[in-house]
Parts: sequence; structure tokens; C-alpha cells
Amino acid sequence: MVLASMTTPALAKKKDEDAAKVEAKAPAFNKDPYPSTYHAYPSVPTAVTNVTIYDGEGAKFVNATVYFRDGKVEGIEANGVAKDGYAVIDGTGKWVTPGIIDVHSHLGDYPSPGVDAHSDGNEATGAVRPEVWAEHSVWPQDPGFSRALANGGVTALQILPGSANLFGGRSVTIKNVYARNVQGMKFPGAPYGLKMACGENPKRVYGSRGQMPQTRMGNMAVNRQTWARAVEYKRKLDKGEAVARDLAMETLADVLSGEILVHNHCYRADEMSLVIDMAKEFGYKVSTFHHAVESYKIADLLAKEGICSAMWADWWGFKMESYDAINENIPLVHKAGACAIVHSDDANGIQRLNQDAAKAVADGRRIGVNVSDEQAWTWLSYNPAKALGIADKTGSLKPGKMADIVLWNGNPLSVYTRPDKVWIDGALMYDAADPKKRPVADFEMGQPGEGDVK
Amino acid sequence: MKHLLLACAALIAAPLSAQTVAITGGKVVIGDGSAPIEKGIVIVTNGRVVAAGAAIAIPAGAARIDATGKWVTPGIVAGFTRMGLVGVDAVDPSNDTEARNSPFNVSLDIAPAINPDVSAVAVNRAAGVTRAIVSPDAGNAIFGGQGAVMDTGADFDPVTKSRAFQFMEFGETGARLAGGSRPALIAAFKTALAEAKDASVGVFHEDAMLKRPDALALVPILNGTMKLFVHVESAADILIVLGLKKSYPTLSLVLVGATEGWRVAPQIAAAKVPVMASALNDLPDSFEQIAATQSNVGRMKAAGVEVGIGMINDNEARQAQLSMQYAGNLVALTKVPGATGLSWGDAFAAISSVPASIVGLGGEIGSLKAGRRADIVLWDGDPLEVTSAVVKVWIDGVEQPLSTRQTRLRDRYLQPGAGPLPDAYKH
Repeated sequence: MVLASMTTPALAKKKDEDAAKVEAKAPAFNKDPYPSTYHAYPSVPTAVTNVTIYDGEGAKFVNATVYFRDGKVEGIEANGVAKDGYAVIDGTGKWVTPGIIDVHSHLGDYPSPGVDAHSDGNEATGAVRPEVWAEHSVWPQDPGFSRALANGGVTALQILPGSANLFGGRSVTIKNVYARNVQGMKFPGAPYGLKMACGENPKRVYGSRGQMPQTRMGNMAVNRQTWARAVEYKRKLDKGEAVARDLAMETLADVLSGEILVHNHCYRADEMSLVIDMAKEFGYKVSTFHHAVESYKIADLLAKEGICSAMWADWWGFKMESYDAINENIPLVHKAGACAIVHSDDANGIQRLNQDAAKAVADGRRIGVNVSDEQAWTWLSYNPAKALGIADKTGSLKPGKMADIVLWNGNPLSVYTRPDKVWIDGALMYDAADPKKRPVADFEMGQPGEGDVK
Repeated sequence: MKHLLLACAALIAAPLSAQTVAITGGKVVIGDGSAPIEKGIVIVTNGRVVAAGAAIAIPAGAARIDATGKWVTPGIVAGFTRMGLVGVDAVDPSNDTEARNSPFNVSLDIAPAINPDVSAVAVNRAAGVTRAIVSPDAGNAIFGGQGAVMDTGADFDPVTKSRAFQFMEFGETGARLAGGSRPALIAAFKTALAEAKDASVGVFHEDAMLKRPDALALVPILNGTMKLFVHVESAADILIVLGLKKSYPTLSLVLVGATEGWRVAPQIAAAKVPVMASALNDLPDSFEQIAATQSNVGRMKAAGVEVGIGMINDNEARQAQLSMQYAGNLVALTKVPGATGLSWGDAFAAISSVPASIVGLGGEIGSLKAGRRADIVLWDGDPLEVTSAVVKVWIDGVEQPLSTRQTRLRDRYLQPGAGPLPDAYKH
């Protein structure tokens, strides 16, 4: 274990036997100190019959049946029939898809109500804050989780720190299942992410205080100096040298070793291009550029580098770096062979990611980029799962994967369609027909509108 | 924009203004809440609708536009926006929504700030939004100033009606602007109206709260000749606002936002106060929106409230183009057990004739009824469906360009980096 020597100097100085024992043990610290305690809720073997299915990896099945049991997808069969011991749900006229995965959410760290006391997404006390972890901010009682589930069909999501900082901190990927603490929501086995940010936000937040960075070149300088430190830190670790525990450097060292995935808020094509070279300079990889409104300008480069773009359909113009947004960004990235993702960054938008995908598909077709509906669903489930490092577990309906499934009451790429039922790990967590299968956050208990259809 | 028709005609392909034109074969939506009409006909002369419906006689000599397979609707009327006021939101010099350092508030007239060249106007025009109710924001007091109605035409005459209403913040924002509480807000309101009453007879006070122009600008609010748009969210605050009508019976109130309106819908209906509601608020985003639900609009409508869709504090400088999606989502609710949505016709009316009527222009815009301005949109499908798009737009009978800087950038980068010269030479 390369991290065995990472005891603190203070600890190392202790003379008593206990300390000596600790020092002798490996590893010296726990890399998973807030482990997931998520568990799947009880489920019954289920067959959804006579339904149109998008499997999340680009395939479509008509009049088919999806089977799942023990929390896992068993398979899809054309003209499938009921099997003994299975609850049968007739999906005639309805659609089944993998649950939507939002790669960019602030539910929990900027929860509702959006009062100052809940503003937990930006540790804007320094532009370099890789030591903070979003999971330590996530309020598991955010009412937004229930809306994302019931109206959006969202079954998993990444909660990111905000974009005030160049290095915003670690993200956390969660199942969209309420729990008493964040550990109870954490997606088992999901890697951590690191939030980074390009452009206007860091230079505005710190520049306005007379601090570095004040410019885009300042952004890059601070980034590079930080990565240089991280490379040096990791070199010491790899050689087994004693280093003081440094939470910021621990995160960055794990990025350099590929254990933590980089999620980089970056709007402009030129800045994304610089980040790509910076990643090569220091030896890490960017998983996904978030917002990425100018990905269409460098779609070829993004395809070559294997970097995903997480995008909106038509959000634009709120700041200079979003001024060049176009409605065809998503289909043009897809057309170039790059990884396209529909994301929200918004507690309302997360309820309508399927509608954003629908807009993008239609806008693409109007310029001759013909993406089928079933291919477009990769933008909502499989591609975000890849970007989060969980595509082996969820994001499509391949046998053995988590049964994270939405039954839609119509074509899910229509404004007129809503989730009918949502299963997470095979457990029915939302049923439009049953008010008791609609989660109500603690905050809403005993207040007007408690338990209402939202 | 009428007097610019000639100037525009030179630039624009097919003006419907000068001659009689029949749009035939399309699915026609009148915009008054009625169901769409298959193979309907719309007759336009001199920039106005002459007739629209199923069995309309086409005048001899009328030019024809074939809309077979398409939808024909009135242009969308965005019920609450800040369109035309903002180039880029975060670029302060390009943002005229509020003026917190001005000595004035009530008297500020937003009309001159409406800039038809900002990208949002072209983007929304190309999306089918032809008119917008444009409100100032409140910067230094509960009153933000006088709002306007604009068109999105490609010309330098965007104002349909200036001084159409006064904008006022109530609830949490109003309380903050008034000094920190609702009692302070109510005191500010009553004091302002008292000063307006004195101003109306030429009496001004040395220690007045309002500057002289502001007191004078409130007179039409006091006597009810100008509408007062009040942003208010909670049920309790809505009742306070409705109560103001008891003290000032001539007030012509419109509620804006009204997230918890459903809880007091019978009272709103009884007071005959219309609402420009936020369509899809369903999060307890603040303590005045605890009971938010997407069923709000449907429930108010069912209780007899006149409800249009507005977009306060919701990217309203740029994203009026989401009005159709919002309306479509309210139709979606009709399939959700326990929810209350709108019929398709009512949903479309909520973004066309209803906001037009609420702002006092129901006879001019917002529907294809005879005599209305020929603001017409041709769509390639159901206009409330997110996969549909605009084919043609006419405003006052003038066909509009649908190119935007977004479509220009798109076309430039269809093959990024390809070609003998840099992308900058593709134009």
C-alpha cells in the first residue's frame, strides 16, 4: 500500500507504545472513512410486459418484456410472457428505460429551501480547495430528491461542489433514495470525482477580492502550480517517503493515479483545449467537461481525447462564457463520435432531462444529424454512468446490472410524458398511482402541501 | 411597428400586410382555449386577422400559403419577462432590469430600455414568441417602475404599449426592499398611495417618501387606470394583497408568481384578480413557496381564476421560449393521478390570449380572432411539444427572419476546423 507511510508528524513524534503500533500498521489512514451504507429496499421479481424499451445502450425493443429480480436486471425478451412468481405489470402504450443519471447536480449541497443557512456548495475561501468533500455538505432531506425521482425519473446523480473555486472539492455519487444520512445514499463502489472550474467564476470570485486568480491566465497558473505540488506529493508517496497528511494533496494524488475522476466546469472551447493540454502536462485525465456550451466547436478534439461533454439543450446567455450556446450542441457532439450527456445543474431542470434530450434530438434531425430516440437515451443513462465510472453497475438494462428502471406513461421524449413507476435496485420507489410510494422529505412534514402531488 | 412596414418590406420575403392572404390546410389554433381546427383557414389583410376557422370563404384574389401538415397559431405572448432589457445577464452594463442606485423608482419607464438588437429578441422570435410583457425589476424600493408590452419583430420599433402596468414586489423581496418586514412593506405601500393621492391634487410634502415624479406616477395606480402587477408567492401574502383591494377598491391588481395561489384560489377568483403564474414551481425554494406544486395553475383555473403563464425570476430575460414547454407540461399533468393540469386548449391560451387579456390587449394580440394583429406562427408540429419547431413567423403581418447568432454559429461549426481557411472566414 503506497500510502502506508502517511502518518502525521505529530503522531510520529509520540513515544508511547500505542502510537508506535499505529505507525507500524498499514495503511495509516482509511481511504473510505465515510463508507456507503446504502442498501437496496425489498423487491419482488417483476415483469413489465408489452412495453417499448430503450436499453440505454442504443437498442430498442417493441412489445417486449423486461424482467428483473433480486435487484438486478434479468433480461429483455421480445414478446416476453409472464413467468411464475413474477409480478406482472402491463406496459401497453408505455415505455421502459434505464433510470436517468444526472452527472451534475447540487441537490443536497444547495438544497431547498435555498436559504443562506443551506448554502453549502462553495467553500469560497480559497480557489484551491480539493480537500473539501461534497458529501460533507449534502443534506439528505432536500425535497428536490423527490421531485427528481417522481417527475424526472432520476435514479442516480452526482452531487458536485460549486464552481467558485478552481479546485472545488470531491463530488459524491448517490442513489436517489432518501436516507437518514448521506452515507445511506452513497452509490456503492462509485469512484469519487473532483470538481474543477474554468473561466469566469474563479477569476471573478477571487479577483474581486484582489486575490489570485484575477484572470484566465491566473486560473491556469494556480492550476498548474497546484498540479505541480500534487505530482511532487504523489512522487513521495510512491517512493514510500514520509509525508504529512494533506487532504488536498491526497485527493489530487488519487486523481493522478486515476482513482478519482475529473469533472471540469468549462464553457468555452479554447479553455477546454487548454485544460486538455494541462491534463497531459501533469498526467491526469478529464472525465467530463460540464456545461461545455462550446463543445460543438471542438467536437473532433473531444472525440479524439475521449472526454465527455455534459450539456444543456438550450440554456444560454446568462454570462459571457455561455453566450455562444447553440441548440444543436448535443447532437453535434454525438455526431463527432464524442460522448454526449444531458445534465441539469438545476433542481428544476433535473425534473425534465428527458425533455432536454427530446429537444436536442429534434434540433439535430433538423440539421441532418439523425440520432434515433433509443440512441439519444445514451445521453441520459449510459454516458453519464460512464462519466461517473459506474457503467458496469447501472446506466443500461444489460442482464446483471442494477434494476434502476423507469416505466413512463408514454413516449419519454415527449413533453406530455411523466414517470409512472420508478424502481431502484428493483425496489419500487415511486408509483404515480400510490401516494404512499411518493417520498416526503422531513422538511415538508407538517407544512402546507405535505404529501401533495408535486 | 406598423409604420416601419415599408422599410421592412424591402428586407423581408413575404409581407402579409399589403394584400389579402389565406393560410390554408393547417391545423389552426385560435388561442382562446378552443380545440385546434383541422384543415383550418386564416385570412389576413393589412396586418390584421380577418377571419380564422373551419369553413371560411377565401376572398377572390387572395394569395395562398399552404400550411398542410403544419400548425397555425397566434404568436406566443410571454406573460412575464424582462426581454429586451439584457444583453448578457451577468454583464452589468448590458443589463437594464433594475436601477438600485437611481433616486427614482415608480416613475421609471422601461420602454426605452427595450433593445430589439439583444440576442434574446431574435432567439425568442425564432422560437415563436411574438409579444412579451416586459417588466422592470425592483431595485431600491417595492416599486420597480412601469412595464411595457413589446413585439419581437426585426425592426427598431419594439414597443406595443408602454406604461402598461406598474411592477411591485410583495412578500419576502418586498419586505426586504421596504426595510425588513411585511409591516414595513405595507406601511411603504400605504404611504406611497397617500402621497399619490395628495400629488393628484398638486400637494407635495417636504418629508415625502417618494420623489415628486414617483408620486405622480402612482396616481394612475391609485385611480385604477394602470394595472398594478404584484409579485407575491405565499397564500398568506396573497390574502394580504387581495385585502389591499378593500382599502383601495379602484386598484387594478394582477398577481405575478403566486406559487401558493392554489391554496387561496376561491378568494382570488372571488376578487376577480388575474394571475400571471409561474407554471412549474414545485420546490419549497423559499419560505413563501412551501406548498409549491405544478398543479397550482390547474387548480387555480379550475377554481375560476384567470391564469396566464409568466416567468418571474426564471431566466425571463432570455428564456420566454420555454413558455410552450411549460404549457405542455401542464397538459402532461392531466395524465398524472392526483394532479390538476390544463386541457391543451387552455394551456395554449395561457401563453397567448390570457396574458394578452390580462395586460389589457386582448383585443389586439394573443389570438386569431377577427381584428387581431396578424402575429402568426407556422409550426412543423404541435407547438407545445418540445420536438416541434417554428417554420415561419409573422408579426403585424410581416414575415420575420428566423436566423439568430445561434443558428449562424451552428452553421459555421457544422464541420469545425475543416476548410482551407480558419472558421472565422465561414460567414
